[in-house]
Amino acid sequence: MTSLPITLTINGHKHELEVDPRVTLLDLLRERLDLTGTKKGCDRGQCGACTVLVDGKRINSCLALAVSHDGAQVLTIEGVAHGEELHPVQAAFIAHDGFQCGFCTPGQIMSTLGLIAEGQAGDDPERIREGLSGNICRCAAYGGIVEAVLEAQQQLVKADRRTAA
Amino acid sequence: MRDFDYIRPATIPDAIAAAAEPGSAYLAGGTNLLDLMKGGITSPERIVDISRLPELNRIERLDDGGLRIGALVRNADLAYDPAFAKSYPAVAEALLSGASAQLRNAATVGGNLLQRTRCSYFYDTASACNRREPGAGCDALEGENRLHAVLGWSDACIATHPSDFCVPLVALDAVVEIEGKKGRRHVTLEEFHRLPGETPQRENALEPGDLIVAVRLPAEAASFSANARYLKVRERTSYAFAVVSAAAALVVDGGKIRAARLALGGVAAKPWRARTAEAVLLGANANEVTFASAAEAALADASPSGDNAFKIELARRIVVRALMSAQAGTPERLPALPASPFSNIPGARHDA
Repeated sequence: MTSLPITLTINGHKHELEVDPRVTLLDLLRERLDLTGTKKGCDRGQCGACTVLVDGKRINSCLALAVSHDGAQVLTIEGVAHGEELHPVQAAFIAHDGFQCGFCTPGQIMSTLGLIAEGQAGDDPERIREGLSGNICRCAAYGGIVEAVLEAQQQLVKADRRTAA
Repeated sequence: MRDFDYIRPATIPDAIAAAAEPGSAYLAGGTNLLDLMKGGITSPERIVDISRLPELNRIERLDDGGLRIGALVRNADLAYDPAFAKSYPAVAEALLSGASAQLRNAATVGGNLLQRTRCSYFYDTASACNRREPGAGCDALEGENRLHAVLGWSDACIATHPSDFCVPLVALDAVVEIEGKKGRRHVTLEEFHRLPGETPQRENALEPGDLIVAVRLPAEAASFSANARYLKVRERTSYAFAVVSAAAALVVDGGKIRAARLALGGVAAKPWRARTAEAVLLGANANEVTFASAAEAALADASPSGDNAFKIELARRIVVRALMSAQAGTPERLPALPASPFSNIPGARHDA
């Protein structure tokens, strides 16, 4: 099969690419664009390490053909901070030890951004655990992750109120 | 992954013409298909990407009071649609009890119906599987089969259908709208999936090229909105397939059951409508004795296909719990753990 032309906007930058139709969004990010923050864990949609936002929604990039997402807006972990300033979710993961080895962390953070955008977490730890069940942490840093998400969510809600006021 | 031709048709007729060729597969959300392709379980020569087909991503109220859900509506978008969740709470709860948030954002309504069994012998290409390779035999029969079927199975195949969504849908008389080479037709969801018999490779009513364009719920389906639940027993609290699940929906008036719907998941190769149990419920007093009789009727024909006799008793108990929970009333707010029998909702007894 010959390569097909696609356009993707990744972290605000437009990319014109030729891709083999078998290439997943995950492999495109990592192997072609050197955006290796997005991790390949199971490569089968079971671990969540490859989570990115596509058109604002969190998905498993390992189960997405790049060619099928022609024209999409993609946000990866590399596009979350503002320069040297960490995003509140990133800062909260550090403050609450929401990781140990760090391999699952980009996926956890992207999934958290998705969860907060979906507005389904609130301040209920049980809803956060349920909402992040697609992200496995084999170091079992779950306690810190839930605390981090709770704090980040509260900060973001406060920031929203300030912006609105 | 094997090489394939990639086609992105602009219209439904173009898609059907492309997919009618042998070796073709439709791609929508891709959450199951890509997994199967990576594992070598399926190797299509041609991928027909329908994800951008117009008009298939709408949720429409019909003039007759029914609902038409486009085949490309994402699972999460449907479950979080406030009007949908209010009218069909057990369906929304079932959707949110399935897979993970990432998968629900990608997976579609049509794809959910067409997902393949998660039998580990089907997934392991070194094992014999009649569903994957007709005539090869079934290694599940003498294998690890504690999660396999207890209803409607055959010696050719003892796999279960993994969907949560389909369980309340089949209870509520959902209809599958299919477009094919000969035009559009409607098949009830109950008739859509097939039991294995001697031909487990034939999983549903689709012919080559056929495209699911929508799922319809009849007007009556919304009449159960005040008393409907989906309960699902899993081996971990979240992000797991059902060991056994049940959708129950009731209309109760003056203590008598005026209408009843019941279906089971995780027990057969198709979402299992329990019609004999519904007959027991209809007109009877709405109480635990009636519900236990209904559970007996629902599992009367059940038999273990391996080390899974426990699922029959588990299914009876989850039927009783689902019916009691439906009678107690649909929860005002979706529980934090959707469909969990361990969730603290008033009316849901832990020892039923």
